[in-house]
Amino acid sequence: MVMKARHKRFMLIAIGLVLLGLAAKLILNAFQSNMVFFYTPTQVEKGEVPKNTGFRIGGLVLKDSLKREDDGLTVHFVITDTAKTVPVIYKGILPDLFKEGKGVVAQGKVGADGLFVASEVLAKHDENYMPPEAAEALKRAKEQGTNSLVMPK
Amino acid sequence: MSIHWFKYSSPQTFYPLAGKMIPWFAWLATIFLVAGLYISFAIAPTDFQQGEAYRIIFVHVPAAWMSMVIYIVMAAWAALGLALNARLSAMMAQALAPTGAIFTLLALVTGSLWGKPMWGAWWVWDARLTSELILLFLYLGFIALQSSIDDPRRADRAGALLALVGVVNVPIIYFSVKWWNTLHQGSSINMGAAPKMAMTMLTGMLLMALAFWMYTIAVALMRVRCIMLERERSSDWVKALSVGVKS
Repeated sequence: MVMKARHKRFMLIAIGLVLLGLAAKLILNAFQSNMVFFYTPTQVEKGEVPKNTGFRIGGLVLKDSLKREDDGLTVHFVITDTAKTVPVIYKGILPDLFKEGKGVVAQGKVGADGLFVASEVLAKHDENYMPPEAAEALKRAKEQGTNSLVMPK
Repeated sequence: MSIHWFKYSSPQTFYPLAGKMIPWFAWLATIFLVAGLYISFAIAPTDFQQGEAYRIIFVHVPAAWMSMVIYIVMAAWAALGLALNARLSAMMAQALAPTGAIFTLLALVTGSLWGKPMWGAWWVWDARLTSELILLFLYLGFIALQSSIDDPRRADRAGALLALVGVVNVPIIYFSVKWWNTLHQGSSINMGAAPKMAMTMLTGMLLMALAFWMYTIAVALMRVRCIMLERERSSDWVKALSVGVKS
């Protein structure tokens, strides 16, 4: 069977795209560690974080861990990935969505005492959108231990 | 090969057809936009975490979707033009690029306006935001490259190559929030999973997305008609058209 010129060109484009995709995959794999926006407390514990420079930690704000100093600006809280925890100190204004039990990303350095000194704190919200009444109903259902309302956590 | 729709693959026959289609898509865009905006801003409830600020989602998400979809369609037209040596395909790719760039910019700007009150930062260099910014540069690069080469055939080929190389970026944007940890949240709408949004919110967003689709088609058709006239100005059919206008 003789291939027509345009079939050949289609083939070339397809092969080119496949090779390009492979190249992109290899490059992204090589840069895997640079692609992450933040490290988890488990990675901090394992020493997988860059030494001597700043980095970001992400996770949830541990329940009942938020404490404010008397100056009203310095806050202490603990970031957890539910396995490990990292204590954080931050002086500045927290974003509106910063809440215990919610997502957070803090940029800073680990101090000598193992305390993470944050220079910037960002709130990481989730992908769930619902009216307050629905959220309230969900919370009640959870408290009563019934999982009859099938909704994402 | 006498497939019927090849009839419309020449500018001469496609020009009047596009002219007839434009008002339909423009009207559909208007209807969907009015309905979408009404549901988004008058009916959809307040969000439990983000309050009223979440409403930027009704522009942000459809714009971001369009920025990716238009790029894929543009690259597909470019590939078709490259493989078949078809004039009209290359013109379609050229016609889509500015709209794609505008939607990308819109997604970036609305995202930034949303990021400041919610995250606490206008911009962060996470994988989602960075790859979307690269998409904007790809659109601008495509437009710049095409317009910098005088010979339209060569401009089409160079542009097509750039458009095709850039296609790898689209899955990176889409899956960035899955592959790496990012500040940007994951997608609320996934194939094969229940949407993580209240129904009215979802309806508003989908109507806005439909409006953006219709708008894109209408505007791309308008633009491709201009490109056809400009590129084929010395051909007989364009001359015949201009005679018709004068008389």
